[in-house]
Amino acid sequence: MAALMVLAIAVLLHGFMSGDRGLSQRAKLVGQLGLTDLALFTEARYTRHPSQADLHSAFQDHPMSFDHFPTGSLIAAPLQNFNTRAASSTDEAKK
Amino acid sequence: MKNYLSRQRYLMDFTLHSMLRRKVKNLVLFVVYFMVIFILASVMLFGQAVREEAAALLKNAPEATVQQIKMGRHDLVNKELIAPLNDIRGVKKAEGRLWGYYFDPVNQANYTLMVPSADDKQHQIKPGQSIIGPGVAANRELIRDKFLLLLPPVGPLMKLDVIDHLDPQSALVSADLVLLSEPDFRAFFRLPADVYTDIGLTIRNEREIATIVNKITSKFLGTRVVTRSDILRTYESIFTWREGLLLALLGASIFAFVIFVFDKASGLSAEERREIGILKAIGWETGDVLAMKFWEGGLISAGAFLLGLVLAYLHVFFFQAGLLEPVLTGWSVIYPDFHLAPHIDILQITTLAFFTVVPYTAATIVPIWRAAVTDPDSVMR
Repeated sequence: MAALMVLAIAVLLHGFMSGDRGLSQRAKLVGQLGLTDLALFTEARYTRHPSQADLHSAFQDHPMSFDHFPTGSLIAAPLQNFNTRAASSTDEAKK
Repeated sequence: MKNYLSRQRYLMDFTLHSMLRRKVKNLVLFVVYFMVIFILASVMLFGQAVREEAAALLKNAPEATVQQIKMGRHDLVNKELIAPLNDIRGVKKAEGRLWGYYFDPVNQANYTLMVPSADDKQHQIKPGQSIIGPGVAANRELIRDKFLLLLPPVGPLMKLDVIDHLDPQSALVSADLVLLSEPDFRAFFRLPADVYTDIGLTIRNEREIATIVNKITSKFLGTRVVTRSDILRTYESIFTWREGLLLALLGASIFAFVIFVFDKASGLSAEERREIGILKAIGWETGDVLAMKFWEGGLISAGAFLLGLVLAYLHVFFFQAGLLEPVLTGWSVIYPDFHLAPHIDILQITTLAFFTVVPYTAATIVPIWRAAVTDPDSVMR
């Protein structure tokens, strides 16, 4: 039990004290190349760049085509990214 | 105080020996317990670390990108849009970006082809050259030493010299990247000289982004602007959703574990009743019996929690969360080989400890108290 506690404390210390493991280098590359997304899911364009995808891209092939990539069913569509137009229209209507 | 501590030490000692008498039962319980905590802690640590990583990396993403949308689909942006965007007050620079996808039929993998910005001095590429990401570089069968062969939609193979590889540590953002020169990119996709994939905006003051977005969307119909905060929110929601989904899938097994634990903890075996009866008969007080059993529950649950937490930490930060990888990979051929920077959220760990250690320890107390307050004679019978 004491050994486990020592291990847990060591793990916590490691978590707090370990450096950024190249995080600053990665962040620099993102800035240099202007990258917008993580390369976690490369099987389809709307999973490779979910932040840049349009709402229809999961159903791109024909009107009755359902999204068939597993990742597509696991990640939520970035609905909040589609409110800019609606917001500006509302602002114009107010004017 | 000293007496109290040594009393607790003796109680713990006695409890450990008592537990050793029921080795198999306690061992099975301990193993199931720590495995559940291991899985929960792995999901929590991974989710938190990847969210932090995404936030730290993508804070350097372009302040805004302007896309052209036609019939609900992305369309190429005309070069003519760049000048009026540059004229909008607050926009420091508007620059056309060229990037696209390439499905490699040999390797059955998708690559992201990209032209580095003219301002990026570190990745200057001449025609006929390329820099590849670590995921592409890992496909040795295709690369054959120093050349990258790409099959364009029309025309002969394009052969590019691989002049450099992107840092393997950056795989999380660059695994599938192929950087090439603008003439090669345009020739490969047969793009006219006056179009871009989208336009990246550099904005002087972050507080002006919302106003600039409104100006663009109302002035240039059919455009869509994705801001950096949109990107950050997208990743926050993706990982929250995925982590929640994984936890929901685990829900059934966690529920089964709760029933198992409750059954083990709340029901006393005949042997345990007899033990309590004997202890009472030889002069132990109810408080002593309760303290002993409290230690028993505490030792099992705290031990399982600590072991589960330590193993989950090693799994996520030293073994790249190998057990969670199939859930994340999907159908991707190229999956980044990435090491997350350790990140520990004390509140999250405290919550996990509270919801795993406390209920078990509490569940053991009630039946023990019931047995401990009964007459030793009737308990032993």
